[in-house]
Amino acid sequence: MAYRTDYSRVQGSGAAGEGAHHFWIQRLTSLALVPLTILFLIPFGRALGGGYEALIATYGQFGNALTAALFIGVACWHFSIGIQVVIEDYIHGTGARVALLILTKLFSYTLAAAGILAIAKILFSA
Amino acid sequence: MVELALPKNSKIRTGKTWPKPAGAKNLRTFRIYRWSPDDGENPRVDTYFIDLDSCGPMVLDALIKIKNEIDPTLTFRRSCREGICGSCAMNIDGRNTLACIFGMDEVKGDVKIYPLPHMPVVKDLIPDLTNFYAQHESIMPWLETKTNTPAKEWRQSIDDRAKLDGLYECVMCACCSTACPSYWWNSDRYLGPAALLHAYRWIIDSRDEAQGERLDDLHDPFKLYRCHTIMNCTSTCPKGLNPAKAIAEVKKLMVERVV
Repeated sequence: MAYRTDYSRVQGSGAAGEGAHHFWIQRLTSLALVPLTILFLIPFGRALGGGYEALIATYGQFGNALTAALFIGVACWHFSIGIQVVIEDYIHGTGARVALLILTKLFSYTLAAAGILAIAKILFSA
Repeated sequence: MVELALPKNSKIRTGKTWPKPAGAKNLRTFRIYRWSPDDGENPRVDTYFIDLDSCGPMVLDALIKIKNEIDPTLTFRRSCREGICGSCAMNIDGRNTLACIFGMDEVKGDVKIYPLPHMPVVKDLIPDLTNFYAQHESIMPWLETKTNTPAKEWRQSIDDRAKLDGLYECVMCACCSTACPSYWWNSDRYLGPAALLHAYRWIIDSRDEAQGERLDDLHDPFKLYRCHTIMNCTSTCPKGLNPAKAIAEVKKLMVERVV
């Protein structure tokens, strides 16, 4: 290692051939979240003061349930790839980085699945 | 690697205050980072006083005056003294710039001078740029062609040549890369704004025949995509160039290949 040239160190293992897709999805999900957040918050805000019955009634409607499911799915996707960037920026130990990346994916996919399933349950039991 | 505090042997101490020049009426104070690899001491900040009535207007003029008349051990790189060679890049008043084209009148109060940030220091104001130069070399900063070399020259239209304006002027002073937090944390893997600006300069050169290979070589989460458009590179560039825009253009070309 001590006798590697600077050029060899910079080359490393070469380019991973990844990144463009991640970059593109990050932009797409950002854009998608602008209307989705508004469309999610309007019915959610209206139902919020009405308690359990109002929420069940709101998400018993197909349009509200669809918007909420899309919002949760896209938000979790965006969160997952966003946190990935933060981890890659700041965590340099390979073990810690890989562990945190796996945890982030598990957390965001679980959150998305739980949210979408909960909405589906309300919709189909309405 | 993120480092929120300096290691013990890098903590900066108060250094020597050099005597004021006799009879001077128009004094300016300079606080300059000093470190030598030979004495095992921590870095320190020395204080010098310059008589502005007998000194040129640029920070480099003051540094040369200090070296010539006060302290010959003060070490810094300089060559062209007109913003072309990029040698005298350093951090002046908290900003990376070229000492030769940065006027003392642009600084309020004492003039504080440090080496370029987050780089290994060779001595005093001289950073170790070997990794930076190797990164530049890695983007193949030369014309790559497969077609047989023409008898006379590789021809280029005036419009295509104009696309290189704002890119070819880079003097590789390293002000931009060493101002970039992403480069501070990941300079072992992230190429940094200077190398990426040069990469884009060759990618869009109409005479070059290796655009795909050049993009392939940059298609990496660390080499290219550590850039988060923080824009420190653009705001600090002493030549007024825009590395952040060049990097954004490379990212656009990457996406165009995918979608």
